[in-house]
Amino acid sequence: MSAVIHEHDHHHDDHHGPAKGLTRWLYTTNHKDIGSLYLWFAFTMFLIGGLFALVIRAELFIPGLQLVKPEFFNQMTTLHGLVMVFGAVMPAFTGLANWLIPMMIGAPDMALPRMNNWSFWILPVAFGMLLSSLFMDGGAPNFGWTFYAPLSTKFGPPSTDYFIFGVHLMGISSIMGAINVIVTVMNMRAPGMTYMKMPLFVWTWLITAFLLIMVMPVLAGAVTMMLTDRHFGTSFFDAAGGGDPVMFQHVFWFFGHPEVYIMILPSFGIASAIIPTFARKPLFGYASMVYATASIAGLSFIVWAHHMFTTGMPLAGELFFMICTMLIAVPTGVKVFNWVATMWQGSMTFEAPMLFAIAFVILFTIGGFSGIMLALAPADFQYHDTYFVVAHFHYVLFPGAIFGTIAAVYYWLPKWCGRMYSEKLAKIHFWWSIIAVNLTFFPMHFSGLAGMQRRVPDYAIQFADFNMLSSIGAFGLGIGQLFFFYILWKTIWGGKAPKATAQVWEGAEGLEWTLPSPAPYHSFTEPPVVK
Amino acid sequence: MAEQHNPNHYYVPAQSKWPAVGALGLLLIAFGAATTIQQSTGHVQSGVPIPGWLILMAGIGTIIFMMIGWFGNQIDESITGKHNAQLNHSYRYGMLWFILSEVMFFAAFFGALFYARNLVMPWLSGDDVSTHDWLWPAFENSWPVLTTPDGKTSTTQMLPWGLPFINTVILVTSSITLTIAHHALQAGKRSTLNLWLFITVALGATFLFLQAHEYHEAYAEMNLTLHSGIYGNTFFMLTGFHGMHVTIGTIMLIVMLGRCLKGHFTNENHFAFEAAAWYWHFVDVVWLFLFCFVYWF
Repeated sequence: MSAVIHEHDHHHDDHHGPAKGLTRWLYTTNHKDIGSLYLWFAFTMFLIGGLFALVIRAELFIPGLQLVKPEFFNQMTTLHGLVMVFGAVMPAFTGLANWLIPMMIGAPDMALPRMNNWSFWILPVAFGMLLSSLFMDGGAPNFGWTFYAPLSTKFGPPSTDYFIFGVHLMGISSIMGAINVIVTVMNMRAPGMTYMKMPLFVWTWLITAFLLIMVMPVLAGAVTMMLTDRHFGTSFFDAAGGGDPVMFQHVFWFFGHPEVYIMILPSFGIASAIIPTFARKPLFGYASMVYATASIAGLSFIVWAHHMFTTGMPLAGELFFMICTMLIAVPTGVKVFNWVATMWQGSMTFEAPMLFAIAFVILFTIGGFSGIMLALAPADFQYHDTYFVVAHFHYVLFPGAIFGTIAAVYYWLPKWCGRMYSEKLAKIHFWWSIIAVNLTFFPMHFSGLAGMQRRVPDYAIQFADFNMLSSIGAFGLGIGQLFFFYILWKTIWGGKAPKATAQVWEGAEGLEWTLPSPAPYHSFTEPPVVK
Repeated sequence: MAEQHNPNHYYVPAQSKWPAVGALGLLLIAFGAATTIQQSTGHVQSGVPIPGWLILMAGIGTIIFMMIGWFGNQIDESITGKHNAQLNHSYRYGMLWFILSEVMFFAAFFGALFYARNLVMPWLSGDDVSTHDWLWPAFENSWPVLTTPDGKTSTTQMLPWGLPFINTVILVTSSITLTIAHHALQAGKRSTLNLWLFITVALGATFLFLQAHEYHEAYAEMNLTLHSGIYGNTFFMLTGFHGMHVTIGTIMLIVMLGRCLKGHFTNENHFAFEAAAWYWHFVDVVWLFLFCFVYWF
C-alpha cells in the first residue's frame, strides 16, 4: 500500500506547475492550458473568418463587380462559413468547457486529459489543410459551407478532396472533445454535486456534447459519400444511378440542424451564469432551464428539413417539419422568460459581462422571431435563399454564440489570469459592438424581404443603401474585435491591470469562485464537498 | 490495489508526446489521401511534388507508431498500479460513447439506403413527380435496382442464403465464444480464456476471408461493383465499412490474445479486454442489421 501511495505522491510532485517551453503546450495534459489553446485558436480563426466576411462586405458595398471575381467571392462565402462554424464558434465553446467544467464540478482536470490534447492539436492541422486550399490550382471550395451536391460532387474544384478530409479531421476532434466533456461530467463530479446541482453551463455543455456525438459521425458519412461520388463511381447523390441530390441535403441537415444548437446551447449556459450574478438573485426556474435545454436538443433531431422547404417535399413532410420547428419556440420561450424573470426586481449592475448577456437575450430573441417566420413553410417559399435568412442566422450567431463567448471571457477572465480587465474599455467595446452588429445585420432583414439573393456578388440597384449600411457596420464590427484583442492583451500581459480577488464578482456563486485568482494549475487536487 | 478508489486523491496523468504525434499522423493521412486521389485523376493539380501515397503511408506509419507508444504507455501505467478506479470508469464511459458515435456513422449509410429504397425509387419510377416522364420513362421501381435509371449499368443481386448467411452464423457464434472467454477471464481460468479468445479471433478472420471471397465473386462474376448504381453503392459502402470495423475489431482481439498470453489482466482489472469485447459485439449487431436490410429484405 505504501508503495502505491508513494507512486501517487511522486506523480503529483511532477505536476504542480506547468512545464517550461514549447513542449508545455505541445504535450500538455492540463485542462487550463488546453482551454487557452482552444480559445486563442478560436480567436485567430475568428479574425481570419472575419477577414473573409469583410471581403464579401467590401464587394457588396456598392452594386456591380469591382474588387473580386465571382469565383473568389464564392470561395469567400464558403470559407467564411466553414471557418466561423468549425474554427471559431465550436473551438471557443470547447475552450470554455475545458477551462470551466472541471472548476465548476470540483474536479482536478478533464477525465481524459491526453485525448483532450489530441483533440485540440487536430484542429490547427485540419484548418491548415482547409485554408491551404486557397493557394491550390482551381482555388478553395466554392460551393457554400453547406456543400450541396452536385455543386460539391460534380462541379467542386480539385481542392474539394482536401476539404473532405479536413472535415473528417474536424469531426474526429469534435467527437473526442465531446466524449471528454460527457465523461468528465458523468464521472468527475465532486461528492454531493448531483446532476440537478450542476451549474447550467455544465448542463448545456453536457447536452451539446451529446448532440455532437450524435451528428458529427453523420457529417462524416455525408462527406464520405461525397468522396465516393466524386472519385469512386458511386451515385448516392445522382439520380441517373438511382440516388438523389436532395438526399445530400437530408443527410447534411440531419447533422446541420443539431449543429446550430451546438453553437448556441453553451451560450444559454453562459447567460444563465452571468445574469443571476449581476441581478444578485438566484436563477429563476433552474429545473425548467434544464428540461427546456433537453427539449430543444431532442426537437433538433426532427426539424432538419425546414432548411429544405423549397426542394419539393411532399406536403405531409412540409407540415411535419413546420410544426416541429415552431414547437422549438416553446422551450426557447421558457428560457427567455426565465432570464427576464431572474432580472425582475433584482438589484442589477451593468458590468461588461452583464451588458453582453442582456444584449444576448434581446438580440438572440430577435433572431428567434425571424426563425419562426422562416419556419412557416408558405412564407419560407418567399424568404428562402434571401438576405432575410442571412439576417436570421447572423442574429442568432453573432449576438448569440459570439456575444455569449465574449460575455464569458469578461466574466471568467479575472479568475483565469488573476487580473481585472478595464471596465471602461470593455464598455466601449460593448457599445461599439452592439451598434456595429445591428448596423451590419438589421438592414439585411429589409434587403432580404425585398428579394435580395444571398451568395451573389452583385445586386440590383434598389438594394444599394441597405448594403452600404451593412458594409459600414461590418467594418466597424471587425475593428471592434481588434479592440477586444487589445483589452485582452492589456489585461493578461500588460502588467498594470489590478489584481482580482478570489470572489471577483459580488453576486457570483459556484465552485470556481472558491478557488484563488488566478486558479491553481490543477483546479482541485482533493474533491470539495458540495452541500 | 489499483482498483481501490482513494477518495482524497485525484489521478492526473503526466504529459505525453503521443497526442501531438497522433495529430501529425492524422495530418499526413488526410493530406496524403487527398493528394493520392488528386494525382489519380490524371490532372496534376495539387502542386504537391511527391507521390501522395508516400505521404499516406508515412501517416499510417506515424499512427501505428503512436498507437504502439501510447497503448504501451497505458499498459505500463495500468500494470504498475497508477490508474485508479475513477479513471477506469472514465475509460468505460469513453468507450461506450465512442461506440455510440460509430452507431451514428453507420446510421448515415443506413439512412441513405432507406431513403433511396423508400423515397427515391418510387419518385424515379413515376409516383407523384413527373421526372419519370421527362428523364427515364422506362425505369421501373424495384429493389434491388438491377438496371440504373439511365439504363447504362446492369448488375445482379447478392442473395442472402449463401455466404452471407454463413457469415451471419460465424459472427453470432464469435460473439458467444468471446463471452465465454470473458467469463473465463472473470473466473480466473486462464487456459480456457486463451482457447476461446483464439477461437473468436479465428472466427473473425474466417468472416473476413469469406467476405473477401464474396467481394471477388461480386466483381468477377456478378458485375456487382461500387459503380453499379445505388444498389452496388449502398451494398459496398455498408458492407465495406462494416468489414473495416471487423478488421479493426480482429486486430484488437489479436492484441488482447497476445496480452492474455503474456499474463496481463486480472479478474477485475481488464478494461482493455472489455472495450475490445464491446466493440466486437457492436460490429456483430451492425452485421445483423446489414444482413436484414442489405441482403435479405
